[in-house]
Amino acid sequence: MLIRKKPDIASSEITDSRLYFGRRRFMRSAAGLILGSALPSRLLASRPAAFNKISPSPYSTAETPNSYQDITTYNNYYEFGTRKEDPVANAQEFDPWPWSVTISGEAEKTGKVNLEDILARHPLEERIYRLRCVEAWSMVIPWVGFPLGDLLKEFQPTSKAKFVEFVTLNDPSRMPGQRVPVLRWPYREGLRIDEAMHPLAILAVGLYGEVLPNQSGAPLRLVVPWKYGFKSIKAITEIRFRETAPVNSWNQSQPGEYGFYANVNPKVDHPRWSQARERRIGAGLFAPKQDTLMFNGYAEQVASLYSGMDLARNF
Amino acid sequence: MWMKPVNTLLLRRRLIKPLVFALCCLPWLTLVLGGFGLAGFSLGANPVEMLLHTCGKWALNFLVITLCVTPLAHFSGWRALFAYRRMLGLFAFAYACAHLAVYLLLDQTLLWSAIAEDILKRPYITLGFSAWLLLLPLALTSTQGMMRRLGQRWSLLHRLIYPASILVAWHFYWQVKQDVREPLLYIAALTLLLGWRLAKRRSRRTAATKKAATPG
Repeated sequence: MLIRKKPDIASSEITDSRLYFGRRRFMRSAAGLILGSALPSRLLASRPAAFNKISPSPYSTAETPNSYQDITTYNNYYEFGTRKEDPVANAQEFDPWPWSVTISGEAEKTGKVNLEDILARHPLEERIYRLRCVEAWSMVIPWVGFPLGDLLKEFQPTSKAKFVEFVTLNDPSRMPGQRVPVLRWPYREGLRIDEAMHPLAILAVGLYGEVLPNQSGAPLRLVVPWKYGFKSIKAITEIRFRETAPVNSWNQSQPGEYGFYANVNPKVDHPRWSQARERRIGAGLFAPKQDTLMFNGYAEQVASLYSGMDLARNF
Repeated sequence: MWMKPVNTLLLRRRLIKPLVFALCCLPWLTLVLGGFGLAGFSLGANPVEMLLHTCGKWALNFLVITLCVTPLAHFSGWRALFAYRRMLGLFAFAYACAHLAVYLLLDQTLLWSAIAEDILKRPYITLGFSAWLLLLPLALTSTQGMMRRLGQRWSLLHRLIYPASILVAWHFYWQVKQDVREPLLYIAALTLLLGWRLAKRRSRRTAATKKAATPG
Protein backbone atom coordinates (compact mmCIF):
# COMPACT_ATOMS: atom_id res chain seq x y z
CA MET A 1 0.00 0.00 0.00
CA LEU A 2 1.10 3.53 -0.62
CA ILE A 3 -0.19 4.87 2.67
CA ARG A 4 1.84 3.17 5.30
CA LYS A 5 2.77 3.30 8.90
CA LYS A 6 6.40 4.19 9.47
CA PRO A 7 8.65 1.98 11.54
CA ASP A 8 10.11 3.27 14.78
CA ILE A 9 12.41 5.94 13.32
CA ALA A 10 11.19 9.52 13.46
CA SER A 11 13.92 11.78 14.67
CA SER A 12 12.13 15.02 15.37
CA GLU A 13 13.92 17.14 12.76
CA ILE A 14 12.46 15.27 9.84
CA THR A 15 8.84 15.27 10.91
CA ASP A 16 7.96 18.40 8.99
CA SER A 17 9.23 17.12 5.69
CA ARG A 18 7.50 13.81 6.33
CA LEU A 19 4.23 15.63 6.70
CA TYR A 20 5.02 17.56 3.57
CA PHE A 21 5.79 14.50 1.51
CA GLY A 22 3.09 12.53 3.28
CA ARG A 23 0.57 15.03 1.96
CA ARG A 24 1.84 14.60 -1.58
CA ARG A 25 1.73 10.87 -1.18
CA PHE A 26 -1.80 11.09 0.17
CA MET A 27 -2.88 13.18 -2.81
CA ARG A 28 -1.34 10.65 -5.16
CA SER A 29 -2.90 7.68 -3.52
CA ALA A 30 -6.22 9.50 -3.33
CA ALA A 31 -5.95 10.01 -7.08
CA GLY A 32 -5.14 6.32 -7.34
CA LEU A 33 -8.30 5.43 -5.46
CA ILE A 34 -10.36 7.62 -7.75
CA LEU A 35 -8.84 5.92 -10.77
CA GLY A 36 -10.00 2.72 -9.14
CA SER A 37 -8.45 -0.53 -10.21
CA ALA A 38 -6.52 1.04 -13.07
CA LEU A 39 -3.32 0.03 -11.32
CA PRO A 40 -2.67 -3.70 -11.28
CA SER A 41 -2.48 -4.80 -7.67
CA ARG A 42 0.71 -6.68 -8.48
CA LEU A 43 2.50 -3.34 -8.87
CA LEU A 44 1.46 -2.11 -5.47
CA ALA A 45 2.17 -5.40 -3.78
CA SER A 46 5.74 -5.51 -4.99
CA ARG A 47 6.67 -2.16 -3.53
CA PRO A 48 7.88 -2.83 0.00
CA ALA A 49 5.48 -1.14 2.42
CA ALA A 50 8.26 -0.47 4.86
CA PHE A 51 11.42 -2.20 5.93
CA ASN A 52 10.92 -4.54 8.85
CA LYS A 53 14.36 -4.68 10.30
CA ILE A 54 17.23 -2.31 9.74
CA SER A 55 20.37 -2.86 11.76
CA PRO A 56 22.85 -0.11 12.57
CA SER A 57 26.34 -0.30 11.11
CA PRO A 58 29.77 0.42 12.56
CA TYR A 59 30.58 2.11 9.24
CA SER A 60 28.11 4.93 9.95
CA THR A 61 29.45 8.37 10.71
CA ALA A 62 28.42 10.09 13.93
CA GLU A 63 27.82 13.34 12.03
CA THR A 64 24.28 14.70 11.98
CA PRO A 65 22.45 13.68 8.81
CA ASN A 66 20.97 16.32 6.52
CA SER A 67 17.23 16.79 6.66
CA TYR A 68 15.02 14.55 4.52
CA GLN A 69 13.90 17.74 2.79
CA ASP A 70 17.44 18.76 1.77
CA ILE A 71 18.40 15.25 0.67
CA THR A 72 15.31 14.83 -1.50
CA THR A 73 14.99 18.29 -3.09
CA TYR A 74 18.59 19.00 -4.14
CA ASN A 75 19.58 16.24 -6.53
CA ASN A 76 21.78 15.63 -9.52
CA TYR A 77 19.81 13.11 -11.53
CA TYR A 78 19.91 14.14 -15.18
CA GLU A 79 17.39 11.45 -16.16
CA PHE A 80 14.83 13.76 -14.54
CA GLY A 81 16.31 17.13 -15.56
CA THR A 82 19.59 18.97 -15.14
CA ARG A 83 18.65 21.48 -12.44
CA LYS A 84 18.87 20.51 -8.77
CA GLU A 85 15.15 21.06 -8.26
CA ASP A 86 14.13 19.06 -11.38
CA PRO A 87 14.31 15.48 -10.06
CA VAL A 88 11.89 16.06 -7.17
CA ALA A 89 9.46 17.72 -9.57
CA ASN A 90 9.80 15.29 -12.48
CA ALA A 91 10.32 11.91 -10.79
CA GLN A 92 7.02 11.73 -8.90
CA GLU A 93 5.17 9.92 -11.70
CA PHE A 94 7.93 7.36 -12.11
CA ASP A 95 6.81 4.00 -10.76
CA PRO A 96 9.84 1.72 -10.48
CA TRP A 97 7.98 -1.37 -9.25
CA PRO A 98 8.21 -4.20 -10.15
CA TRP A 99 11.96 -4.05 -10.74
CA SER A 100 14.53 -6.55 -11.89
CA VAL A 101 18.26 -6.49 -12.46
CA THR A 102 20.01 -8.33 -15.28
CA ILE A 103 23.35 -9.85 -14.34
CA SER A 104 25.71 -10.76 -17.16
CA GLY A 105 29.33 -11.23 -18.12
CA GLU A 106 32.19 -13.02 -16.41
CA ALA A 107 30.32 -14.97 -13.73
CA GLU A 108 29.18 -18.55 -13.13
CA LYS A 109 25.59 -17.50 -12.67
CA THR A 110 23.90 -14.85 -14.78
CA GLY A 111 20.35 -13.84 -15.60
CA LYS A 112 17.50 -11.69 -14.43
CA VAL A 113 16.72 -11.32 -10.71
CA ASN A 114 13.73 -9.65 -9.13
CA LEU A 115 14.52 -6.94 -6.65
CA GLU A 116 12.06 -8.50 -4.22
CA ASP A 117 14.12 -11.70 -4.23
CA ILE A 118 17.32 -9.75 -3.71
CA LEU A 119 15.75 -7.94 -0.75
CA ALA A 120 14.55 -11.22 0.73
CA ARG A 121 18.10 -12.53 0.81
CA HIS A 122 19.97 -9.47 2.07
CA PRO A 123 19.51 -8.09 5.58
CA LEU A 124 19.29 -4.31 5.52
CA GLU A 125 21.59 -1.95 7.37
CA GLU A 126 21.49 1.76 7.98
CA ARG A 127 24.68 3.34 6.66
CA ILE A 128 25.06 7.01 7.52
CA TYR A 129 27.60 8.19 4.96
CA ARG A 130 29.10 11.46 3.86
CA LEU A 131 28.35 12.21 0.20
CA ARG A 132 30.74 14.52 -1.62
CA CYS A 133 29.61 15.83 -4.99
CA VAL A 134 32.19 16.64 -7.65
CA GLU A 135 30.61 20.14 -7.64
CA ALA A 136 32.17 20.79 -4.20
CA TRP A 137 29.14 20.38 -1.95
CA SER A 138 28.43 17.60 0.51
CA MET A 139 25.73 16.04 2.66
CA VAL A 140 25.40 13.36 5.32
CA ILE A 141 22.84 10.74 4.28
CA PRO A 142 21.29 7.88 6.26
CA TRP A 143 21.03 5.23 3.54
CA VAL A 144 19.36 1.87 3.96
CA GLY A 145 21.04 -0.87 2.00
CA PHE A 146 23.29 -3.90 1.94
CA PRO A 147 26.90 -4.52 0.89
CA LEU A 148 27.30 -4.63 -2.88
CA GLY A 149 29.92 -7.38 -2.54
CA ASP A 150 27.39 -9.70 -0.85
CA LEU A 151 25.18 -9.53 -3.92
CA LEU A 152 28.02 -9.82 -6.42
CA LYS A 153 29.41 -12.95 -4.71
CA GLU A 154 26.10 -14.76 -5.21
CA PHE A 155 26.78 -14.80 -8.94
CA GLN A 156 30.25 -16.26 -8.50
CA PRO A 157 32.34 -13.93 -10.66
CA THR A 158 35.15 -15.76 -12.46
CA SER A 159 38.85 -14.84 -12.39
CA LYS A 160 38.24 -12.85 -15.57
CA ALA A 161 35.90 -10.47 -13.73
CA LYS A 162 38.25 -7.53 -13.17
CA PHE A 163 35.60 -4.81 -13.31
CA VAL A 164 31.89 -4.37 -12.67
CA GLU A 165 29.72 -2.21 -14.90
CA PHE A 166 26.37 -0.74 -13.86
CA VAL A 167 23.67 0.57 -16.20
CA THR A 168 20.69 2.78 -15.37
CA LEU A 169 17.22 2.13 -16.78
CA ASN A 170 16.92 3.50 -20.31
CA ASP A 171 13.31 4.62 -20.80
CA PRO A 172 12.77 8.15 -22.10
CA SER A 173 9.00 7.71 -21.75
CA ARG A 174 9.41 7.43 -17.98
CA MET A 175 12.60 9.42 -17.56
CA PRO A 176 11.94 12.73 -19.35
CA GLY A 177 15.54 13.92 -18.99
CA GLN A 178 16.64 11.14 -21.34
CA ARG A 179 14.83 12.90 -24.20
CA VAL A 180 17.61 15.51 -24.10
CA PRO A 181 21.08 14.34 -25.16
CA VAL A 182 23.04 16.06 -22.36
CA LEU A 183 24.78 12.73 -21.71
CA ARG A 184 24.90 9.57 -23.78
CA TRP A 185 22.06 7.46 -22.37
CA PRO A 186 21.77 5.15 -20.59
CA TYR A 187 23.96 6.32 -17.75
CA ARG A 188 26.82 3.92 -17.06
CA GLU A 189 29.25 3.55 -14.22
CA GLY A 190 31.92 1.11 -13.21
CA LEU A 191 34.15 -0.04 -10.40
CA ARG A 192 37.22 -2.22 -10.22
CA ILE A 193 36.19 -5.58 -8.73
CA ASP A 194 38.16 -4.97 -5.51
CA GLU A 195 36.43 -1.59 -5.10
CA ALA A 196 33.07 -3.23 -5.68
CA MET A 197 33.82 -5.92 -3.08
CA HIS A 198 34.88 -3.36 -0.47
CA PRO A 199 32.52 -3.48 2.55
CA LEU A 200 31.89 0.30 2.34
CA ALA A 201 30.33 0.01 -1.13
CA ILE A 202 26.61 -0.62 -0.80
CA LEU A 203 23.47 -0.90 -2.85
CA ALA A 204 20.88 1.38 -1.29
CA VAL A 205 17.14 0.81 -1.36
CA GLY A 206 16.11 3.24 1.35
CA LEU A 207 16.63 6.57 3.00
CA TYR A 208 15.78 7.59 6.56
CA GLY A 209 14.32 4.15 7.16
CA GLU A 210 11.89 4.47 4.26
CA VAL A 211 11.76 3.16 0.72
CA LEU A 212 14.06 5.29 -1.45
CA PRO A 213 12.17 8.19 -3.06
CA ASN A 214 12.33 8.27 -6.86
CA GLN A 215 14.51 11.38 -7.07
CA SER A 216 17.14 9.64 -4.94
CA GLY A 217 17.57 6.76 -7.38
CA ALA A 218 14.75 4.34 -6.55
CA PRO A 219 14.46 1.50 -6.37
CA LEU A 220 18.11 0.44 -6.32
CA ARG A 221 21.22 2.60 -6.42
CA LEU A 222 24.89 2.35 -5.74
CA VAL A 223 26.57 4.26 -2.91
CA VAL A 224 30.37 4.47 -2.92
CA PRO A 225 31.10 7.02 -0.20
CA TRP A 226 34.80 7.61 -0.92
CA LYS A 227 34.13 8.62 -4.53
CA TYR A 228 32.42 11.67 -6.02
CA GLY A 229 28.66 11.34 -6.11
CA PHE A 230 28.39 10.74 -9.86
CA LYS A 231 29.94 7.26 -9.37
CA SER A 232 26.93 6.25 -7.26
CA ILE A 233 24.67 5.33 -10.19
CA LYS A 234 20.88 5.32 -9.72
CA ALA A 235 17.99 3.09 -10.83
CA ILE A 236 20.27 0.18 -11.74
CA THR A 237 18.86 -2.36 -14.22
CA GLU A 238 22.05 -4.10 -15.32
CA ILE A 239 25.18 -5.34 -13.62
CA ARG A 240 27.90 -6.77 -15.84
CA PHE A 241 31.13 -8.47 -14.79
CA ARG A 242 33.87 -7.45 -17.22
CA GLU A 243 37.48 -8.20 -17.99
CA THR A 244 38.11 -4.67 -19.30
CA ALA A 245 37.36 -1.32 -17.72
CA PRO A 246 33.87 -0.08 -18.54
CA VAL A 247 33.31 3.44 -19.85
CA ASN A 248 31.53 5.66 -17.36
CA SER A 249 29.17 8.36 -18.62
CA TRP A 250 30.84 11.48 -17.26
CA ASN A 251 34.27 10.29 -18.34
CA GLN A 252 32.89 9.58 -21.80
CA SER A 253 31.35 13.05 -21.98
CA GLN A 254 34.32 15.07 -20.68
CA PRO A 255 37.40 12.88 -20.23
CA GLY A 256 39.58 15.81 -19.16
CA GLU A 257 37.28 16.68 -16.28
CA TYR A 258 35.94 13.38 -14.95
CA GLY A 259 38.01 10.23 -14.61
CA PHE A 260 37.16 6.57 -14.08
CA TYR A 261 38.27 6.47 -10.44
CA ALA A 262 36.77 9.80 -9.28
CA ASN A 263 38.07 9.28 -5.75
CA VAL A 264 37.43 12.29 -3.52
CA ASN A 265 40.80 14.04 -3.40
CA PRO A 266 41.35 17.59 -2.09
CA LYS A 267 44.75 17.74 -3.79
CA VAL A 268 43.53 17.09 -7.32
CA ASP A 269 41.41 19.99 -8.54
CA HIS A 270 38.71 19.80 -11.15
CA PRO A 271 40.10 21.72 -14.16
CA ARG A 272 37.51 24.46 -13.58
CA TRP A 273 37.21 24.58 -9.79
CA SER A 274 39.02 23.71 -6.59
CA GLN A 275 38.31 20.45 -4.78
CA ALA A 276 40.14 21.52 -1.61
CA ARG A 277 37.00 22.59 0.22
CA GLU A 278 33.31 21.80 0.14
CA ARG A 279 30.06 23.42 1.13
CA ARG A 280 28.13 21.26 3.60
CA ILE A 281 24.47 21.54 2.67
CA GLY A 282 22.37 22.60 5.64
CA ALA A 283 25.24 24.33 7.42
CA GLY A 284 23.56 27.69 6.92
CA LEU A 285 24.00 30.85 4.93
CA PHE A 286 27.01 32.11 6.84
CA ALA A 287 28.89 28.86 7.40
CA PRO A 288 32.31 28.73 5.74
CA LYS A 289 33.17 25.85 3.48
CA GLN A 290 34.91 22.97 5.18
CA ASP A 291 38.08 21.17 4.17
CA THR A 292 37.56 18.18 1.92
CA LEU A 293 39.12 15.02 3.32
CA MET A 294 41.15 12.49 1.35
CA PHE A 295 38.82 9.73 0.12
CA ASN A 296 36.02 11.78 1.71
CA GLY A 297 37.27 10.79 5.16
CA TYR A 298 37.32 7.06 4.39
CA ALA A 299 41.10 6.89 3.75
CA GLU A 300 41.68 4.50 6.64
CA GLN A 301 39.38 1.92 5.03
CA VAL A 302 40.11 2.38 1.34
CA ALA A 303 43.54 3.97 0.81
CA SER A 304 45.16 0.52 0.50
CA LEU A 305 43.12 -0.13 -2.66
CA TYR A 306 45.19 2.51 -4.42
CA SER A 307 48.66 2.03 -2.94
CA GLY A 308 51.36 2.81 -5.48
CA MET A 309 48.92 4.50 -7.86
CA ASP A 310 49.43 8.04 -9.13
CA LEU A 311 46.12 9.53 -8.03
CA ALA A 312 46.67 12.79 -9.94
CA ARG A 313 46.88 10.81 -13.18
CA ASN A 314 44.20 8.29 -12.23
CA PHE A 315 41.77 10.96 -11.10
CA MET B 1 -1.31 71.96 -26.64
CA TRP B 2 1.85 72.94 -24.79
CA MET B 3 0.59 71.24 -21.62
CA LYS B 4 0.82 67.77 -23.12
CA PRO B 5 4.59 67.17 -23.12
CA VAL B 6 4.82 68.47 -19.55
CA ASN B 7 2.22 65.97 -18.47
CA THR B 8 4.06 63.14 -20.19
CA LEU B 9 7.28 64.11 -18.46
CA LEU B 10 5.52 64.30 -15.10
CA LEU B 11 3.82 60.98 -15.72
CA ARG B 12 7.13 59.45 -16.63
CA ARG B 13 8.96 60.84 -13.60
CA ARG B 14 6.23 60.29 -11.02
CA LEU B 15 4.73 57.02 -12.17
CA ILE B 16 6.46 55.06 -14.89
CA LYS B 17 10.01 55.40 -13.61
CA PRO B 18 9.17 54.32 -10.05
CA LEU B 19 7.14 51.47 -11.51
CA VAL B 20 10.05 50.27 -13.66
CA PHE B 21 12.33 50.64 -10.64
CA ALA B 22 9.99 48.49 -8.55
CA LEU B 23 9.82 45.85 -11.28
CA CYS B 24 13.61 45.75 -11.45
CA CYS B 25 13.66 45.10 -7.69
CA LEU B 26 11.42 42.02 -7.93
CA PRO B 27 14.32 39.54 -8.16
CA TRP B 28 15.74 41.05 -4.95
CA LEU B 29 12.37 40.72 -3.34
CA THR B 30 12.10 37.01 -4.16
CA LEU B 31 15.52 36.47 -2.56
CA VAL B 32 14.63 38.45 0.57
CA LEU B 33 11.31 36.60 0.90
CA GLY B 34 13.15 33.34 0.28
CA GLY B 35 15.74 34.22 2.92
CA PHE B 36 13.01 34.58 5.51
CA GLY B 37 10.92 31.74 4.09
CA LEU B 38 7.97 34.04 3.40
CA ALA B 39 5.14 33.87 0.85
CA GLY B 40 6.15 30.41 -0.32
CA PHE B 41 9.61 31.52 -1.43
CA SER B 42 12.65 29.57 -0.35
CA LEU B 43 16.36 29.66 -1.01
CA GLY B 44 16.39 25.85 -1.16
CA ALA B 45 18.91 23.38 0.21
CA ASN B 46 21.90 25.45 -0.93
CA PRO B 47 21.02 29.08 -0.16
CA VAL B 48 24.48 30.46 -0.99
CA GLU B 49 24.32 28.93 -4.45
CA MET B 50 20.77 30.20 -4.92
CA LEU B 51 21.79 33.78 -4.05
CA LEU B 52 24.93 33.55 -6.19
CA HIS B 53 23.14 32.17 -9.23
CA THR B 54 20.07 34.40 -8.99
CA CYS B 55 22.10 37.61 -8.70
CA GLY B 56 24.44 36.53 -11.50
CA LYS B 57 21.59 35.54 -13.79
CA TRP B 58 19.83 38.88 -13.24
CA ALA B 59 23.02 40.84 -13.88
CA LEU B 60 23.16 39.13 -17.27
CA ASN B 61 19.41 39.56 -17.83
CA PHE B 62 19.69 43.30 -17.21
CA LEU B 63 22.69 43.59 -19.53
CA VAL B 64 20.62 41.95 -22.27
CA ILE B 65 17.59 44.15 -21.46
CA THR B 66 19.78 47.28 -21.54
CA LEU B 67 21.18 46.22 -24.91
CA CYS B 68 17.61 45.80 -26.18
CA VAL B 69 16.73 49.46 -25.60
CA THR B 70 18.44 50.89 -28.69
CA PRO B 71 17.09 48.36 -31.22
CA LEU B 72 13.61 48.56 -29.66
CA ALA B 73 13.61 52.36 -29.88
CA HIS B 74 14.95 52.11 -33.43
CA PHE B 75 12.27 49.75 -34.68
CA SER B 76 9.34 51.20 -32.73
CA GLY B 77 10.36 54.83 -33.06
CA TRP B 78 9.56 55.09 -29.36
CA ARG B 79 12.45 57.27 -28.27
CA ALA B 80 11.05 57.64 -24.76
CA LEU B 81 12.61 54.25 -24.04
CA PHE B 82 16.03 55.90 -23.79
CA ALA B 83 14.87 57.53 -20.55
CA TYR B 84 15.09 54.10 -18.85
CA ARG B 85 18.36 52.86 -20.27
CA ARG B 86 20.58 54.22 -17.51
CA MET B 87 18.41 52.72 -14.79
CA LEU B 88 18.44 49.32 -16.48
CA GLY B 89 22.21 49.46 -16.88
CA LEU B 90 22.66 50.41 -13.24
CA PHE B 91 20.46 47.48 -12.20
CA ALA B 92 22.75 45.20 -14.21
CA PHE B 93 25.68 46.61 -12.24
CA ALA B 94 23.83 46.35 -8.91
CA TYR B 95 23.03 42.67 -9.47
CA ALA B 96 26.62 42.10 -10.61
CA CYS B 97 27.87 43.71 -7.37
CA ALA B 98 25.50 41.54 -5.32
CA HIS B 99 26.74 38.48 -7.22
CA LEU B 100 30.36 39.43 -6.47
CA ALA B 101 29.55 40.23 -2.83
CA VAL B 102 27.83 36.86 -2.33
CA TYR B 103 30.87 35.15 -3.85
CA LEU B 104 33.35 37.04 -1.66
CA LEU B 105 31.40 37.11 1.62
CA LEU B 106 29.26 33.98 1.64
CA ASP B 107 30.84 31.58 -0.83
CA GLN B 108 34.51 32.22 -0.05
CA THR B 109 33.91 33.83 3.40
CA LEU B 110 36.68 36.35 2.59
CA LEU B 111 39.36 33.68 2.36
CA TRP B 112 41.65 35.87 0.28
CA SER B 113 44.15 33.17 -0.70
CA ALA B 114 41.34 31.07 -2.15
CA ILE B 115 39.81 34.10 -3.87
CA ALA B 116 43.14 35.09 -5.46
CA GLU B 117 43.68 31.49 -6.60
CA ASP B 118 40.19 31.40 -8.10
CA ILE B 119 40.61 34.68 -9.98
CA LEU B 120 44.04 33.76 -11.32
CA LYS B 121 43.63 30.03 -11.92
CA ARG B 122 40.00 29.49 -12.83
CA PRO B 123 39.33 30.99 -16.26
CA TYR B 124 35.59 31.36 -15.73
CA ILE B 125 36.16 33.37 -12.56
CA THR B 126 38.83 35.47 -14.30
CA LEU B 127 36.23 36.23 -16.98
CA GLY B 128 33.52 37.13 -14.50
CA PHE B 129 35.80 39.37 -12.49
CA SER B 130 37.07 41.13 -15.63
CA ALA B 131 33.49 41.75 -16.69
CA TRP B 132 32.75 43.38 -13.34
CA LEU B 133 35.86 45.56 -13.73
CA LEU B 134 34.62 46.68 -17.15
CA LEU B 135 31.20 47.59 -15.77
CA LEU B 136 32.61 49.56 -12.85
CA PRO B 137 33.66 52.69 -14.82
CA LEU B 138 30.30 52.66 -16.61
CA ALA B 139 28.45 52.86 -13.31
CA LEU B 140 30.81 55.54 -12.01
CA THR B 141 30.33 57.73 -15.09
CA SER B 142 26.58 57.27 -15.30
CA THR B 143 25.69 60.69 -13.82
CA GLN B 144 24.55 63.73 -15.83
CA GLY B 145 27.64 65.60 -14.66
CA MET B 146 30.01 62.92 -15.92
CA MET B 147 28.16 62.73 -19.24
CA ARG B 148 28.65 66.47 -19.70
CA ARG B 149 32.26 66.38 -18.57
CA LEU B 150 33.25 63.47 -20.80
CA GLY B 151 31.36 64.73 -23.85
CA GLN B 152 32.01 62.53 -26.89
CA ARG B 153 34.36 60.27 -24.96
CA TRP B 154 31.39 59.22 -22.80
CA SER B 155 29.66 57.24 -25.53
CA LEU B 156 32.99 55.75 -26.54
CA LEU B 157 33.63 54.63 -22.95
CA HIS B 158 30.14 53.21 -22.60
CA ARG B 159 30.71 50.88 -25.52
CA LEU B 160 32.46 48.78 -22.86
CA ILE B 161 29.05 47.23 -22.23
CA TYR B 162 29.61 45.17 -25.41
CA PRO B 163 32.77 43.35 -24.31
CA ALA B 164 31.45 43.19 -20.73
CA SER B 165 28.27 41.39 -21.75
CA ILE B 166 30.23 38.96 -23.93
CA LEU B 167 32.51 38.17 -20.98
CA VAL B 168 29.52 37.62 -18.67
CA ALA B 169 27.86 35.19 -21.10
CA TRP B 170 31.16 33.35 -21.55
CA HIS B 171 31.62 33.25 -17.75
CA PHE B 172 28.19 31.59 -17.52
CA TYR B 173 28.99 29.14 -20.33
CA TRP B 174 32.23 28.03 -18.70
CA GLN B 175 30.70 27.70 -15.26
CA VAL B 176 27.95 25.28 -16.33
CA LYS B 177 28.86 21.64 -15.78
CA GLN B 178 27.24 20.01 -18.78
CA ASP B 179 23.88 21.36 -19.85
CA VAL B 180 24.86 24.48 -21.83
CA ARG B 181 21.45 25.14 -23.34
CA GLU B 182 20.76 28.16 -21.16
CA PRO B 183 24.09 29.96 -21.63
CA LEU B 184 23.84 29.27 -25.37
CA LEU B 185 20.49 31.04 -25.39
CA TYR B 186 22.12 34.13 -23.90
CA ILE B 187 25.00 33.91 -26.36
CA ALA B 188 22.47 33.76 -29.20
CA ALA B 189 20.64 36.82 -27.86
CA LEU B 190 23.89 38.77 -27.55
CA THR B 191 24.99 37.72 -31.03
CA LEU B 192 21.73 39.11 -32.37
CA LEU B 193 21.92 42.36 -30.38
CA LEU B 194 25.58 43.09 -31.06
CA GLY B 195 25.39 41.79 -34.63
CA TRP B 196 22.57 44.22 -35.39
CA ARG B 197 24.73 47.09 -34.12
CA LEU B 198 27.67 45.99 -36.26
CA ALA B 199 25.47 45.67 -39.34
CA LYS B 200 23.93 49.08 -38.73
CA ARG B 201 27.35 50.65 -38.31
CA ARG B 202 28.64 49.05 -41.48
CA SER B 203 25.65 50.19 -43.53
CA ARG B 204 25.98 53.69 -42.10
CA ARG B 205 29.66 53.71 -43.03
CA THR B 206 29.05 52.53 -46.61
CA ALA B 207 26.32 55.13 -46.95
CA ALA B 208 28.75 57.80 -45.74
CA THR B 209 31.53 56.74 -48.15
CA LYS B 210 29.03 56.61 -51.01
CA LYS B 211 27.90 60.10 -50.18
CA ALA B 212 31.50 61.29 -50.04
CA ALA B 213 32.26 59.57 -53.35
CA THR B 214 29.29 61.14 -55.11
CA PRO B 215 30.41 64.32 -56.87
CA GLY B 216 28.52 67.20 -55.33
